[in-house]
Amino acid sequence: MNKMVKITIDGKTIDAEEGANLLQVARDNGFDIPGLCYYDKVSPTGACRLCLVKIKEQKGLIPSCTVKVSEGLNVTAFDEELEDVRRTIVELLISEHKLGCMTCDTASECALEDLAYRYNVTVDNLPFPVKTKYESIDDSSPVLAYDPNKCIVCGRCVKACYEIQGKGIIDFIGRGIETKIAPDLGVDWKNSACDGCGECIQACPVGALFEIPSVGKARKWEVEKIETICPYCGVGCRIEVEKKDNEIVRINGVDDGPANNGRLCVKGRFGYEYEMSNKRLRTPLIKENGKFREASWDEALTLTARKFSEIKKNYGGNSIAGLSSARCTNEENYIFQKFMRAVIGTNNVDHCARLCHASTVAGLARAFGSGAMTNSIRELEFADCILVTGSNTTETHPVIATYIKNAVLNHGAKLIVADPRKIDLVKYATLWLRQKNGTDVAWLNGIMNVILNENLHDKEFIKNRTEGFDEFRMVVENYTPERVEKITGVPKEKIIEAARIYGTAKNASIVFSMGITQHTTGTDNVLSTANLALLTGNVGKLYSGVNPLRGQNNVQGACDLGALPNVYSGYQKVTDPDIKKKFEEKWKVALDDKVGLSVVEMMNEAHKGNVKAMYIMGENPMVSDPNLNHVEEALKNLDFLVVQDIFLTETAQLADVVFPAYSSFEKSGTFTNTERRIQLLNPVLKAPEGAKEDWEIVQELALKMGYEMQYNNQSDIMEEIADVTPIYGGIHFYRLGKDGLQWPCKDENDPGTLFLHKGKFSRGLGHFSPVDYIPPAELPDKEYPYILSTGRILYHYHTGTMSRKVSVLNEYEPGPYAEISPELAAKLNLKDGEEVRITSRRGAIVTKARITARVAPDSVFIPFHFAEAAANRLTNDALDPIAKIPELKVAACKVEKM
Amino acid sequence: MGKYKITVGMGSCGIAAGAKPVYDKLNKLILEKNHPEITLEETGCVGMCYKEPLVEVIDTETGQKTLYGGVTPEKVEKIFTEHIENNSVIRDWVVKSSKKDGSEENLFDKQYRIVLSRTGIINPESIQDYLNSNGYEALKKVMNSMSQTDVIEEIKKSGLRGRGGAGFPTGLKWEFANKAKGDKKYMVCNADEGDPGAFMDRSVLEGDPHSVIEGMVIGAYAIGANEGFIYCRAEYPLAIKRLNIAIEQAEKEGYLGNNILGTDFSFHLSIKQGAGAFVCGEETALIASIEGKRGMPRIRPPFPAQSGIWGKPTNINNVETLANIAWIIRNGADKFASLGTEKSKGTKVFSLSGKVKRTGLIEVPMGITLREIIFDIAGGIKEDKKFKAVQVGGPSGGCIPESLLDTPVDYDSLSATGAIMGSGGMVVMDEDTCMVSVAKYFLNFTQNESCGKCTFCRVGTKRMYETLDRITEGKGVPEDLDKLEELAYMTKESSLCGLGQTAPNPVLTTLKYFRDEYKAHIIDKKCPAKECKALIKYEIDPDKCKSCSICARNCPVNAISGEKGIPYVIDQSACIKCGNCLRVCPFGAVEVK
Repeated sequence: MNKMVKITIDGKTIDAEEGANLLQVARDNGFDIPGLCYYDKVSPTGACRLCLVKIKEQKGLIPSCTVKVSEGLNVTAFDEELEDVRRTIVELLISEHKLGCMTCDTASECALEDLAYRYNVTVDNLPFPVKTKYESIDDSSPVLAYDPNKCIVCGRCVKACYEIQGKGIIDFIGRGIETKIAPDLGVDWKNSACDGCGECIQACPVGALFEIPSVGKARKWEVEKIETICPYCGVGCRIEVEKKDNEIVRINGVDDGPANNGRLCVKGRFGYEYEMSNKRLRTPLIKENGKFREASWDEALTLTARKFSEIKKNYGGNSIAGLSSARCTNEENYIFQKFMRAVIGTNNVDHCARLCHASTVAGLARAFGSGAMTNSIRELEFADCILVTGSNTTETHPVIATYIKNAVLNHGAKLIVADPRKIDLVKYATLWLRQKNGTDVAWLNGIMNVILNENLHDKEFIKNRTEGFDEFRMVVENYTPERVEKITGVPKEKIIEAARIYGTAKNASIVFSMGITQHTTGTDNVLSTANLALLTGNVGKLYSGVNPLRGQNNVQGACDLGALPNVYSGYQKVTDPDIKKKFEEKWKVALDDKVGLSVVEMMNEAHKGNVKAMYIMGENPMVSDPNLNHVEEALKNLDFLVVQDIFLTETAQLADVVFPAYSSFEKSGTFTNTERRIQLLNPVLKAPEGAKEDWEIVQELALKMGYEMQYNNQSDIMEEIADVTPIYGGIHFYRLGKDGLQWPCKDENDPGTLFLHKGKFSRGLGHFSPVDYIPPAELPDKEYPYILSTGRILYHYHTGTMSRKVSVLNEYEPGPYAEISPELAAKLNLKDGEEVRITSRRGAIVTKARITARVAPDSVFIPFHFAEAAANRLTNDALDPIAKIPELKVAACKVEKM
Repeated sequence: MGKYKITVGMGSCGIAAGAKPVYDKLNKLILEKNHPEITLEETGCVGMCYKEPLVEVIDTETGQKTLYGGVTPEKVEKIFTEHIENNSVIRDWVVKSSKKDGSEENLFDKQYRIVLSRTGIINPESIQDYLNSNGYEALKKVMNSMSQTDVIEEIKKSGLRGRGGAGFPTGLKWEFANKAKGDKKYMVCNADEGDPGAFMDRSVLEGDPHSVIEGMVIGAYAIGANEGFIYCRAEYPLAIKRLNIAIEQAEKEGYLGNNILGTDFSFHLSIKQGAGAFVCGEETALIASIEGKRGMPRIRPPFPAQSGIWGKPTNINNVETLANIAWIIRNGADKFASLGTEKSKGTKVFSLSGKVKRTGLIEVPMGITLREIIFDIAGGIKEDKKFKAVQVGGPSGGCIPESLLDTPVDYDSLSATGAIMGSGGMVVMDEDTCMVSVAKYFLNFTQNESCGKCTFCRVGTKRMYETLDRITEGKGVPEDLDKLEELAYMTKESSLCGLGQTAPNPVLTTLKYFRDEYKAHIIDKKCPAKECKALIKYEIDPDKCKSCSICARNCPVNAISGEKGIPYVIDQSACIKCGNCLRVCPFGAVEVK
């Protein structure tokens, strides 16, 4: 905080922070100076001129939004001349503004409308003729429209697009009275680079930019606004839902949302249509003779309880396995694993985190003692150097990407991207390393080799805070830039430059995701990132750390709450006798002390017939898991399969019993986002009649199976969680409020933890692991000559259960495709959009070719969202030996033109 | 036959007037008649636009110079046979000569040439010509014997103020940039000359590009910049071509590039072409444009001297300003400061256009009066009509009436009239010019060129323009004047950059000095200058009409009818006021009312 100074506004003395924005200070002190272009989230523009003031001893009229407060400023905010000028500005703006307020969706929340009222400016008393010739509206984008006739050219959208979202797609075009805004220098919105995040709409003070799906749905004063958490990814954006008659009208980012600061992506803002889909499940289903029939809750629950009890009796609890859900709340995950462990009597509980960050949890736990993001999301904006590897952040964590872009564009940070694909962030990067898929240990070791050789390592930190440095050093010494170039294909000069950039940064942060974790060497990769941070002392402090980006909205929470085969909630080991005893006492039942089956292992055991029944809550392995043909056979081989979900997913179609559940718009409970922040949901809509909350279903099933479970609500469950889970010890619903709390939060008085390992690592000392490079399990050969990699795209989410039921998202990306390089396309004589068959040792799919230089010449990338051409029919289920994560990022394939 | 050097004025102005065929003809004659001893060269513009194309014949033995004006390829033949081959000067065509017997000698009487000292004389594509006329002497002096502070002090002492319009002291500007902290600094030449009617920068760049480069290198040295840009509009292709040649030559000769003149000072210069947006002449918009962004002014502070191109300290000077630098260093600040007035030192180049007899470029000491410029140098009003006003400072300037003709030309005196020095455009108007139309013309320009940022500049100028348009259409109402004045005042007071702050000047000055003319339009529905079509009508004086029917035959809309023996009549409802009848009537029977 800067020092406080005294200023005077209209004779009143005010204490203000030196350097603060004068307009803001004036408004905070009750001087309602008008302004249209001022937007506190972006740099001041000084365009509308409404906030003009007079400052003693300064010439002319000065826009207060551009003035920084300094000692002794003597300001006139209101006098007749200033108000005359302001009225004239409003008159000028109204003279150019299409007065379509009667049908405008912004009416009543329009800043110009308010000013017209305040200054009594109407068409009748306007001293100028009103504009009558209108330009056409650009509504070519699937999600947003621009009406130039309502635009006041304040530039807030332009700055929001650049300074907040880091995209810079919108700018002014034209001159003089013709000036307006447009994407990409004046192309149609549809053909521009706009990705539909809608930040511009949120910034627009009038109705010039608006949401197409919301048009005509409700007047602003008819809607009820309820805040909750976005149902999509792990960023955990706080959203404000406007609803009318149990339908969502519009979604806005919440400005003081702790993770998103008002920002959203296209899915968060526009991806809600699925919620009102008529395909929602409304009643339990029982399969008879291969066909589903509707059933009562009692019948379905009784049947399930009977089947589970029988199988448990005949084959033991370990013949049943459960998949919990990264889409469900913390409370529901806790209840689900409790059900599997206490009622079924098995540790066979896992969830899709196995497929994304199992190696992170294993690797970072070994290196630091805790497997989560070390820092908070918004710290990224202030790092001097960010190394992003194996994360196409722009598409998978769009809001986090904006902070990375802010760091580069607004604060001059250096960005290093290491990725085999030329992802969007490469545009912002100082340096791009295009490594061969699966060679991450090698280039990371190469960078560390240079850092050591050039003496850029943090000797003090290594001495005081770490162990294992000497053994580690011996391995890294073998990775000279020359050798690394041979393994990875990254020129040695770039390895050296990366080492110098990262090694000399004051605050360096590593961001990684599935490109690092989904390998048979996933744990090794993670350990290497940890080594790099330890070597340079870039962990355990603000803005510096190792930050795995978690995928699903509550994948962090599902892990935290013990939906894993080896740990109870809070990463308490099932093999630890003391821990086991604690839970046995709490749950009043004997528990198993053996580690259970992981996702892929469950499928393997089901295939073999050792697992007889499965209970799947809110997951869709029939699209998400590797080697789908194998998964399909495994699930069909089960004696009994229960699925509970909001839609009849690909997996639910194979079930014997299906339970209809609530969506996150209908629930209370908590999600834990990727920065370890536990945030409270608010029920926004009434759930479809006939559905139940997931925890309720599990509880009723437990009761039917004779286990006493009596929670009244999710808050009750959280009380139990806090009781048995040290890192959640201080979490109670009443404490969460708008900002939530970040674990570790040990007790009632603990404010939570912004960044981890300050002063001391969770495990004591940071541990260096000597890691050698091991090639991927499957490499291209003569028959399968290309490298196949899979991943996500911006417009769809995971298995598409939600996003593919949203028409505007389908408009952006309607179906499956494979990214194929121009080189490979030329070789196959392939044109953009033509069909190709892609085959691996495990299966084949037919999809459309998208020819793009994003992929390396000999590589193919397929988004895995699309069941009709499921990438996971091709992927390899070879596992990382420690984390049991499959190698989804590297497989060998062949490509044929159809 | 003597030894001759022949130069042809080949600035854009000369070329536009037909200098190329003249040059080609001369070249052809030299070859055909086999005169290898005659050298033929291009030169820039000497300032005599109204006499282009210009050909100068220089007797290299006697030094006798003869400048011919209005030369055509046909005239070239005669000049060749009579002057070159027979040493006989063709008196009638001489506009200026060493003997001072040309027809235009007094154009130069009151001029003092610093910036234009070489234009129209040297070959702009020859660094040798530049070196032969003291070129790069100033740079040598600086490199050999002056510190950065010495240079800045010298420029400060000279009193040189920015010639781009605002008149900020150049030495002070350099001092700010010198003192700004930064690992990298930029030196920029603003060659985005955008005022309609101003062309001195183009002329200097086309006629004497090295003088600007020399000024830039000295400035770069003074502020500590190692990289520079000349921001020149793409509409000046010849200037860009000659600058590129000059940069290459200067680099080759060690006046530019690495280790200038063997010192450890390096300065790299390149050209950035602008797309011709008027607002890009504003410093912060110019910086944005160089960075590849849309040219839009931004808030100051920070000033470019602190944070300019890519956030680095940046110093921007106008072409004419820079062209003064070498002269000051060579001749000393005192000599420069001895020219001009107390607060405006040195000379200023003006481009004269409009209704004066001599149009073109002149360079005069500051402090000369408008009357001297218009009547002595420019020769007074064409056809000896009555002087009405002079618009000084382009679209951002103002109209000065006859009563203020004795105003001395300096920054402060011009500002006091409501006009500005600006870049030095002077448009002279006579009694036939409607002052409301003049205001409308300039406002139309600025409202079109507004970047669209500030509400007043974007919408206010448009509303003012529409009001003026209504007045010239005869639809004005008395309240319009107060409203216009209020809006003009607010726009001036409330805009971010110079464009908006000065755009109302033509309106405000015409309202101040020619309010009666506005009133005539609004109340009497008359245009005293008879320029506004909606307020005039053409009539045929029956006493003068001889029924020759020429007018009727030339009327594009058949609005004139008559018969032999009966005076012709114009049907006012059909007349489109094109004025054809007035021009074609041999008897002066058509009148404007």
